[in-house]
Amino acid sequence: MMHVPQPGPLPATQQLGPDGRLRHFLTVEGLSAELLREILAVSESFMSVAAQPVKKVPLLRGKTIFNLFFEPSTRTRTTFELAAKRLSADVMNMNISASATRKGESLLDTLRNLEAMHSDMFVVRHAESGAAQLIARHVAPHISVINAGDGRHAHPTQAMLDVFTIQRNKGDVRNLRIAIVGDILHSRVARSQIHALNILHAGEVRVVAPKTLLPADVEQLGVHIHHDMTSGLRDVDVVIMLRLQKERMSGALLPSEHEFYRLYGLTEERLAVAHPEAIVMHPGPVNRGVEIASEVADGPRSVILEQVSNGLAVRMAIMSMCLGARPGGTA
Amino acid sequence: MNPDPGIETLVNELRAWLDAFPGPEPAMVGIHTGGAWIAERLHARLGLSLPLGTLDISFYRDDFTRKGLHPLVRPSHLPFEVEERHILLVDDVLYTGRTIRAAMNELFDYGRPASIRLVVLAERNGRELPIQPDFCALHYNLTPEQQIKLSGPDPLRLELLAP
Repeated sequence: MMHVPQPGPLPATQQLGPDGRLRHFLTVEGLSAELLREILAVSESFMSVAAQPVKKVPLLRGKTIFNLFFEPSTRTRTTFELAAKRLSADVMNMNISASATRKGESLLDTLRNLEAMHSDMFVVRHAESGAAQLIARHVAPHISVINAGDGRHAHPTQAMLDVFTIQRNKGDVRNLRIAIVGDILHSRVARSQIHALNILHAGEVRVVAPKTLLPADVEQLGVHIHHDMTSGLRDVDVVIMLRLQKERMSGALLPSEHEFYRLYGLTEERLAVAHPEAIVMHPGPVNRGVEIASEVADGPRSVILEQVSNGLAVRMAIMSMCLGARPGGTA
Repeated sequence: MNPDPGIETLVNELRAWLDAFPGPEPAMVGIHTGGAWIAERLHARLGLSLPLGTLDISFYRDDFTRKGLHPLVRPSHLPFEVEERHILLVDDVLYTGRTIRAAMNELFDYGRPASIRLVVLAERNGRELPIQPDFCALHYNLTPEQQIKLSGPDPLRLELLAP
């Protein structure tokens, strides 16, 4: 197993304001079950906004949100952008790798410039673990930072939308068996999911992966480890497939994609050992025929597209909870 | 205090008004939480045929940057077309008028209603916006420190809170 150093758990105080409300959303680690449940409850309310003919509420009118994407992403950036727009905020997309840093401007100089434009929130996606935390430590006090994925560390909004999707389909996670399958090693999504599910006392969380795709500290995450699909998926209520992150693989962790699919790909036959009403999830983008068969991804148990719609409501909830928490207000 | 006599007054006034109303039957919408409790009772007593709607105005409040989001936001639910509909908007206590303004803004995001009438169990002095009820059973004159609050849903109680 490969050892990947991770940023240590964040003191909850860095993410919370003095009144105990969310100020930044950088990782689910260290947050209370109560706060996670509040995020899920507020997300449920935002689901009704999508049913309105005018799919917009005036909550963040006059706020300015910068999407700072140091790493390419289409889906996550788009849902954050749309979530911000549905809250009536002004949103700017900055593709940083292609702009200032290439001209030699330092990250902190870039931040100072954006702060000078009276921004209220940075949504940060970065290939380095801990990047969003670093930015949160250095921003002006009125700015909130949301982690939209940092290296292999965390992707907390994705984890919350996954828990939200599980809860909407299967009820309280305390009664559920949940299997997370595939490339755990490179997956910030899996890490955040495991933390969120543990905080909410999920019935049983399993990871199913070859030894080479598990992080060294996997035992400390409080999960049951399986190396084969038949035992790993037996009687589970939820199957979460992860994307095989070919772009992050260095060295020979896998014999081949074909071999991976043969052993860990989710097919109808493999899914047959799960609970008959089990749901299938995937954070996207899906590698068809690598980690999941098309018939499963498009099948009746798949909630993959529902995850995308839910992601919008969950991101609206988190953004508004962060920006509404300022005692005295800054607007 | 038991609000039932007040609800009775509203039922009688609304029934007389509905009997004379020339247009199609209005839809009733209660504002969370107290307004929805009152609306439930009025809706049942009046035997309205359109299902009852509920509004949570948390996303439309004008004090969001000062107070943040209320942790118990409920989904709004309007099980009918708002466009061209006559609406009876129901709340428990009318005070500053800001809640009603927010509720009207939210209704307009569902469509353009033909009309909106405001039904409240009680109103008190202290309006900050030009909003007045069309139907109101109880009237109070209070100091700024005093509050009236409806608790419920079963039984409903109207309480006067003084500091």
